[in-house]
Parts: sequence; C-alpha cells; structure tokens
Amino acid sequence: MTAPSVSRAAFDRRERRAVFLRPLAVTLKYLSLVAASVVVLLPLVTILFTSLKTEQEMASGDTLSLPGNWFNFDNYATAFTKGEMLAAFGNTAFILLFSITGTVIIGSMAAYAIERFTFRAKKLVVAAFLMATLVPAVTTQVATFKVVDAMGLFDTRWAPILLYMGTDIVAIYIFQQFIRGIPVSLDEAARLDGANSFKIYRSVILPLLKPAIATVVIIKGITVYNDFYIPFLYNPSPELGTISTSLFRFKGPFGAHWETISAGAVLVIVPTLVIFLVLQRFIYNGFTSGAAK
Amino acid sequence: MTDLKTRHSAGLPAAAAGTAPAPPPRHRPGWRRQLTPWLYLSAALVLLVTFTYIPVANMISYSFTDWDGVSPDKTFVGADNYVELFTRPELFQVFFVSLYYLAAAVLQIVVALYFATILTFKTRFRNLFKGLLFFPYLINGVAVAFVFLYFFKQDGTLDSVLAIVGAHPDKLWLGDPDLVNVSLSGVSVWRFLGLNFVLFLGAMQSIPAELHEAAEIDGASKWQVFRSIIAPSIRPIIGLSVILSISGSLSVFEIPFIMTRGFGESKTFVIQTVKLAFDFNKMGLASAMAVVLLAIILLITWAQRRLVPDERADRS
Repeated sequence: MTAPSVSRAAFDRRERRAVFLRPLAVTLKYLSLVAASVVVLLPLVTILFTSLKTEQEMASGDTLSLPGNWFNFDNYATAFTKGEMLAAFGNTAFILLFSITGTVIIGSMAAYAIERFTFRAKKLVVAAFLMATLVPAVTTQVATFKVVDAMGLFDTRWAPILLYMGTDIVAIYIFQQFIRGIPVSLDEAARLDGANSFKIYRSVILPLLKPAIATVVIIKGITVYNDFYIPFLYNPSPELGTISTSLFRFKGPFGAHWETISAGAVLVIVPTLVIFLVLQRFIYNGFTSGAAK
Repeated sequence: MTDLKTRHSAGLPAAAAGTAPAPPPRHRPGWRRQLTPWLYLSAALVLLVTFTYIPVANMISYSFTDWDGVSPDKTFVGADNYVELFTRPELFQVFFVSLYYLAAAVLQIVVALYFATILTFKTRFRNLFKGLLFFPYLINGVAVAFVFLYFFKQDGTLDSVLAIVGAHPDKLWLGDPDLVNVSLSGVSVWRFLGLNFVLFLGAMQSIPAELHEAAEIDGASKWQVFRSIIAPSIRPIIGLSVILSISGSLSVFEIPFIMTRGFGESKTFVIQTVKLAFDFNKMGLASAMAVVLLAIILLITWAQRRLVPDERADRS
C-alpha cells in the first residue's frame, strides 16, 4: 500500500514542478528563437535599409535609421550598371549551365558504370573516387592552377566549368545511391526488348534518377553561384567576372559608398532568397541527403 | 542482387549485337564487354586524374624544390621548405588563427544542436524559424563579407545597436589585433550554423516516434530525452560535423580574405599559401604548406574513421 502512494507523491511533486517550470521553459524557448532570428536578420536588414538611402541620408550617419523613400532604387541602378552586374550574371549563368549539365551527365554515367557493371579494377576506381573526397580542393589549388595554366585555360570561362565538373564526387555518390534503388529487373526487361547499355542508361536509368538530379542541381547550383575562390584565381579579367568576383571589385571604385555596395550585395542575395522560398523543401532534402556522404 | 548483376552483365553482348533472341553470343570477344563500363567512366576519370591526382602529385614534388612558379628551372632542395615552415614563427602563427575558428565551430555545433532539438518538438512558426536559421548558409560569401564589413565598421550596425543599449565600447572590431579573429569567426558561426542545424534536424526527425512516445510515458525530461534518445541516434552526424569543423577551421579563406585582405593577425593558412604562391612567387614553400595541410586533414579523417565507426555504411 505504501509503495504506490510514495510514487504517487513523487508523481504529484513532479507534476507541480512541471506546472511552474513549463511556462518558463516555453518562454525561454521562444525567446531564444526570437533572439536567433534577430541575430540572423539584423545585419541583413541594415544592408537592405542602407541600399535604399540617398547619399545625404548616409552622410547624416545614423545606421539604424529608416530610408526616407522606400522606392529609391538609384543605388541599384548604379550598382547594376557601373558594377557590371549584367555581365556578371551572364557569366555566372553560363558557367552554371555548363558545369551543372556536365556534372549530371558525367556523374550519372560514372555511377551507372560502377553500379551496373562488373569489371576488373572496379574496386580500384571506387577507391580512387573515395580518396579524392578526402583531398580538400583548397589545399591543391596552387598546383591545380599550374595544370589549368598548362592547358591554356587560364582566364577563360572553361577553367571554372571544368573544375566544377571535375571535383564533384558527391554527385557520383548521390547518383550511385539512387541507382542502387532501381530494380535490376527493369534493366533486364529493357535488355530483352533489345536495348543496348546506352539505351538502358538513357531511357530507364536517367528518367528514374530525376529526384537525384534535382538534388545535385540544387547543391551544385548553390555551390557554383556562391563560389569565390575559383573565379578569383582563374578569371582575373573583369569581363569574365562572376557575381562573386564582380561584387568583390565593388570595394575598389565604390570604396566608402556603402549605399552602392549594399545595393550590390542585395542584388546578389535576392535570387538566392527567391529560389530558397520556392524550393525550400527540396533544398533541405538536398542538403541532408548530399551531406550524408 | 549479386547473381542478377552477373547475369545482367553476361547478357550484355547480346544487347550490343542488337539481336535479342539470337543464338547465344558466348563466343563474342570479352574485350568489348570489358570496355563498355570504361566508356561511361572515362570523362569522370579523366577529370579526376587531371584536377585531383596530377595536382597532388605535382604539389608534393614542388614542395621539395625552390621553384618560383614562373622560371623553367627548379632546384631540388630536399626538406628545406618543410624545415623553414616549422622554424619561422611567422609562418607557423597561422595555426593559432585556426584555433579561433575551431572554438567558434564548437560553439556552432552546440547552438545548432540546441535549435535542432527544440525545433524537433512542436513549436509555433517552426518552418519560419527553420528557414531563418538556415538561410545564411545559402548566401554568397562575398555578400556575407560586405554585410559584416558594414556590421563591424565604426558607427556600423553593431556599434549603433550597442549605443541603443547604452554601451559605447569604442572598439575597432576588425582593426584590433585582439578582436579581429573573434569578429571574423563570429561571422563564420553566423554563416555556417544553418548547415549544421539542418543536418542535425534531418537526423533527429528520422528517430522513430515510438521512442519519443515511450520516453513521454516514462516521464522523461527534455534533457533526458536528448541525452538518452536523441544524442545516441545522431552520433554519426555529430562525429562528421566535428571532423568537417576541424578541417574547415584549418582551411578558412574566403571571409577573412575579403574582409581584411588577410592582413596581420587575421591571416589564415590558405591565405598564407595563396599569398606565398602568387604574390611572393614562392611555389616551393607554398606547396610544402599545402602538403602539410593535406597531411593534417588526412590524419584527422583517418582518426575519425577509427574513433567513430561509420554506421551509415551498413545502412545504405
């Protein structure tokens, strides 16, 4: 009789404490979330405000003041034309198109070969790809530079394109995981219908790889769009600037003109924001499946 | 699975011949069957060798020479570059800069774990908070650098906010040698927290709901749930994050390079390497630095494989 009543008392005590603590815990939880949101947003919002201010408003010096005219897009016009952002977006789009297409085709074919064929040296090939994941690109860039230079690709758009295609082992891995999930009986059926291996790759494997392709396109797209190191090293000519390197050059001519620099930064961030809002779910999935290498 | 696979590749020549039910094509030469997979692999392998293995091999060989990167002649100097690297304190100093980023990475993992845990449970505006925390990771690095140059500048965002609270620390956040790396590694927490957070959240959401229900019935507190259910289930991804943080802290480049040009105290290992190679034409020494960095990263990865066995490998 005593045992249950003791535990009953303990239970009551716990309940009473919970009644006090729960609202406190909930408040703290939301406070921490709001604090984190402020930390994330504050630097971005001030940049947005600054980009809408006039030179006189900037001179008055109050960083946190609101812009007088919310539709003052003069700084954007200056940033876009004088900062040669149009060419920068063009170059970035060109590099994105070729490097992503290349990554998808090359990566899926390599994954197909590894997953669906037995051949000598297969283990060696897989090990070679795996070993390469351990070599961080930043460490070898100095030597890679000499290779690219020797190929005559320095200061052409093809240098970043080839480098983005060549270093993508994560894509091969993601494709491999997906191909493993496609039943071999589908290949068999196609083969009985007289399809050769390329036909199978083209009309059986590739269409079923769509979710993996979406993942690779998103991850690769974000990497290429945001990369600074490779275009900075390999494309020094201003007319070959990507959005990263062109924005980087703002520091020179616009020096203390923070309203123009801010407008340039916002111009570069907005496409990312739009894509993020539209593709949110896929982006989260992409990162969780992509990083589990 | 295996037997299907063998059957499938054995049937390959028949398909290649294009005649489906024709007489068994067993007599066809094997070279063609052996060649097919290599056709699919060729592009990937050529790129892999050209842009990964040849550079690594070249880099190791440069590191034993006094090459300036331009002239045709390189002289073999043995281990001189390595000796120089470890004896000149100003070259060695960059390792201490990494410690700031390492400390920041620890903070980042802890904070990411906290937010991932509370957002695993029911929370109002869950998706909004999730998006807000993750979004900085997607922003262009140069834009992030500019945003924070403005944030840290005199009378910039940070000073203005502190003034509202009544504090006027009057510090040069990026100019003060004691502060610059704290400020810069703070930027890296702001930027990369979201990635850790999303990875942790993904792993936590794959924990079966029954485990949480069972814990609730047992009256476990949130901390107990975290310690005995969540933490063990996401151990592999925590291990991976720790390793990525260590190698990431050693190879920081972009943010300090853009924000401070890597001057003075903020110079990191990679900035040092790039400057030696391209500004000072010391290809040999730069290569030696890169080899050391590569060796450290390989060592860390190897240690991680030993310490945290890859449970993921069995599942896939």
